Amino acid sequence: MGAKRRFKIWRGDQAGGDLKDYDVEVNDGEVVLDVIHRLQATQTPDLACRWNCKAGKCGSCSMEINGTPRLGCMTRMSTFAEDETVTVTPLRAFPVVRDLVTDVSFNYDKARQTPAFAPPADLAPGEYRMQQVDVERSQEFRKCIECFLCQNTCHVVRDHEENKKAFAGPRYFIRAAELDMHPLDAQEDRKEFAQASMGMGYCNITKCCTEVCPEHIKITDNAIIPMKERVVDRRYDPLVWLGRKIFRRDQLDGAGQVPATALVGARTEGSEVAQHHGLNWHREIPQPQAAPVDETGRLPISEITADRPGGPSPFGDDQTFPLPPEGLNYAHPSGTEQG
Amino acid sequence: MTTRIERHHYDVVVIGAGGAGLRAAIEARLAGKKTAIISKSLFGKAHTVMAEGGAAAAMGNVNSRDNWMVHYRDTMRGGKFLNNFRMAELHAKEAPSRIWELETYGALFDRTKDGKISQRNFGGHEYPRLAHVGDRTGLELIRTLQQKIVSLQQEDKAATGSYDSRIRVFAETTITELLLDGDKVAGAFGYYRETGEFVLFEAPAVVLATGGVGRSYKVTSNSWEYTGDGHALALRAGATLINMEFLQFHPTGMVWPPSVKGILVTESVRGDGGVLKNSTGKRFMFEYVPDVFRKQYAETEEEADRWYTDPDNNRRPPELLPRDEVARAINNEVKEGRGSPSGGVFLDVSTRLPAEEIKKRLPSMHHQFKELAGVDITREPMEVGPTCHYVMGGVEVDPDTAAASGTVQGLFAAGEVSGGMHGSNRLGGNSLSDLLVFGKRAGEHASSYTDVLATRPRVSQADLDAAVATALAPLERNDGENPYTLQQDLQAVMGDLVGIIRRKGELEESLVRLAELRERVSKVSAAGGRRYNPGWHLALDLRNMLVVSECTAKAALEREESRGGHTREDFPAMRPEWRQVNLVCSLDGDKVRLEHKPLPRMRPELIKLFDRAELAKYLTDEELAEYDALAEEAAK
Repeated sequence: MGAKRRFKIWRGDQAGGDLKDYDVEVNDGEVVLDVIHRLQATQTPDLACRWNCKAGKCGSCSMEINGTPRLGCMTRMSTFAEDETVTVTPLRAFPVVRDLVTDVSFNYDKARQTPAFAPPADLAPGEYRMQQVDVERSQEFRKCIECFLCQNTCHVVRDHEENKKAFAGPRYFIRAAELDMHPLDAQEDRKEFAQASMGMGYCNITKCCTEVCPEHIKITDNAIIPMKERVVDRRYDPLVWLGRKIFRRDQLDGAGQVPATALVGARTEGSEVAQHHGLNWHREIPQPQAAPVDETGRLPISEITADRPGGPSPFGDDQTFPLPPEGLNYAHPSGTEQG
Repeated sequence: MTTRIERHHYDVVVIGAGGAGLRAAIEARLAGKKTAIISKSLFGKAHTVMAEGGAAAAMGNVNSRDNWMVHYRDTMRGGKFLNNFRMAELHAKEAPSRIWELETYGALFDRTKDGKISQRNFGGHEYPRLAHVGDRTGLELIRTLQQKIVSLQQEDKAATGSYDSRIRVFAETTITELLLDGDKVAGAFGYYRETGEFVLFEAPAVVLATGGVGRSYKVTSNSWEYTGDGHALALRAGATLINMEFLQFHPTGMVWPPSVKGILVTESVRGDGGVLKNSTGKRFMFEYVPDVFRKQYAETEEEADRWYTDPDNNRRPPELLPRDEVARAINNEVKEGRGSPSGGVFLDVSTRLPAEEIKKRLPSMHHQFKELAGVDITREPMEVGPTCHYVMGGVEVDPDTAAASGTVQGLFAAGEVSGGMHGSNRLGGNSLSDLLVFGKRAGEHASSYTDVLATRPRVSQADLDAAVATALAPLERNDGENPYTLQQDLQAVMGDLVGIIRRKGELEESLVRLAELRERVSKVSAAGGRRYNPGWHLALDLRNMLVVSECTAKAALEREESRGGHTREDFPAMRPEWRQVNLVCSLDGDKVRLEHKPLPRMRPELIKLFDRAELAKYLTDEELAEYDALAEEAAK
């Protein structure tokens, strides 16, 4: 028979809730999820908690244990001091459904916005040939059990609901990286898409996601940083630069380019908010855009080498004027509140 | 009745979002049907993720002598010739295409040197045959199918403006009842776990892909979802179950710490060199090679060890016998006092492979033991024991179309919930390929069934009201028992009386105890409201677990022999006359009815794949005489 231990568990729903105290028996070798099951069986049968495999393979029992995002089934009670109170709360980045269960549909929406694997057109099933070393890089990311702990811990969205529209999160950066590194994936612009439409630019590489990953995937080092580097590579690649100069825009690989739908969507919705409440100080700040500099880091000197009449804009190639009103920190004095 | 019920109309409703369900749904969507996938958990969390070793398919990438006929033979042998031969045949023939197809969906299997899909050895398979990804093949499979569905939804979005227009996933939704129009399936009724709101899917075709029944046992590798929902839904809709007495106890589950007791330790540990030892340090499996397998298995440790590097000239180590044999052997070692401290035996890979190799080949086992038991498998042996893993029995289906037998029409079943494919014992690796092969077939034939249907069956209001009343009953009762207590009692009955080794007296007692439990379950009450209330969910699942357990107990009592996943202490031998019999369960009111049904006869060209000496161990004298006549005719 085990000793009694003190637990604090968040109980409630969208309307609000509170930490409730429970004293519960804990036996040798148990994990936090076992304790929650004991509570369900003995004290509070309606305590809501997701779980499936109980072996760290399905990624269902994600929760925050003493403030750290963890899997309940992989957190052994022996990691706490004998007299330590264990506090269990739902994932903070997602809306609560009830008790420890949160609405994780954000992640499934982002999954749908990530372009799927594009099979090579010239290979029939059974004809795929790949080397083990080549598949291993993608396989690391396919270990992901979709526990969404990385999504939950990422500070870009953890306390910034407003960033969720434009930011896909670490889970989907590794998905993009996985497909980018797939030896036979036919789509070419994974990195550009990640930068333009998945909000990878928001990530400033604090590695919080890597720290909480129960599968020990090196999310930042092996996926995000290489993706970012290669986006930069491309932008400053002399050949690509030359191509930009000598070809017309419609001859460039624009067909493969994906429109920044996520960002566009975010801005339109942001503008609605702004209209209703005057100036929205929490609006989406447009991501900084690099000026079209050459390899010396300077703008082209003359109009002849520039790709547009009148010379390039120092504000970046893809900026249009006048700036869209929702991109300005300015509220018209006439106010939209009355109207 | 004032209860609000959300209504949806679909062509094909797939219940279950594991490998079989997703594969069926993909097929139905590709056939142009409006398809719904109902998942008890979140999308992508299905129990398929637990499958570790691989998917068996005779692609012949590692050993070119492998082909569908060898795979077929292995499958029949593993199932002790009780398999539905046609299912085993289709499975062996179609598995390679189903695996290759996954690569076009984006799956990344481990590779051979020449860049093909690598294949590994596994218990009961003559050649290396399991396509794998380390020891997380199930995860790869589910993720691949999940991502294929997302990609289909992206196509639909491009075409129609909505991701959900042609295929939609209803996550965290449980189906409690199938609704019929006469004998035809008309819909499925259930609730959203999140809100407790009711939902009705009106659909002429339903594919069951709900997996197994393991939660009726305490020591199990199965997740909470495995409550036999599909088995019970099928029974109540008028379909039949076969082979319910055959449960596979996986020989190697974790035994310590108690809280993880039952969690699976993959067979790949043994396939990659791991050996089983008892407390005296002896490799005991050499003593447990049954006569029928004597020819294929090594007799000395030296020969067994040579097999790992030179499989063509040596026989396999007995650790790789089919699962039922190994489970019984471990059970016996422990019973005779040669077990490990926590009541298992030792599985050692640490002295067999270098640490780096272990971490590379068995990453999730290394991880699992380190995190859950504080054991480093590269340094010390694991403690393992049998755990309830898989039910061979299930919905009796037509082999070609996966349509359920019995009186019902429009019901299909694939994966673990269906029966017949694996006979009395499933070979490792055959379930992942099973669910792809028959998942596809179920989706395809469910779709073509809706094409030929003259009128759409209609759900009757009375049936709907009854389903609502049944679902609400546990919440409305205040004085009933706690569902968790009832589940524990049910697990105790099944574990103690209908476990690995079965006896007549105990089986009879189990039926009495199950009848008592039935009384108690009918009065179960759940505290709390409808919003994400696990107590209520369990209360509703109990009904299913109970009826399926009754089928298992009844069939186990009836079958007076030992074969595969059914071991009777009082009838320890295999009996050829029982090989000709399937035990079929159906529902008569709320009582389980059990009937004998003859097994379909193997076609001549298939039976000729076996040699006479082997068949002699399984067939009756009359059957052997027929075989001889066939052989004679061929010789002429």
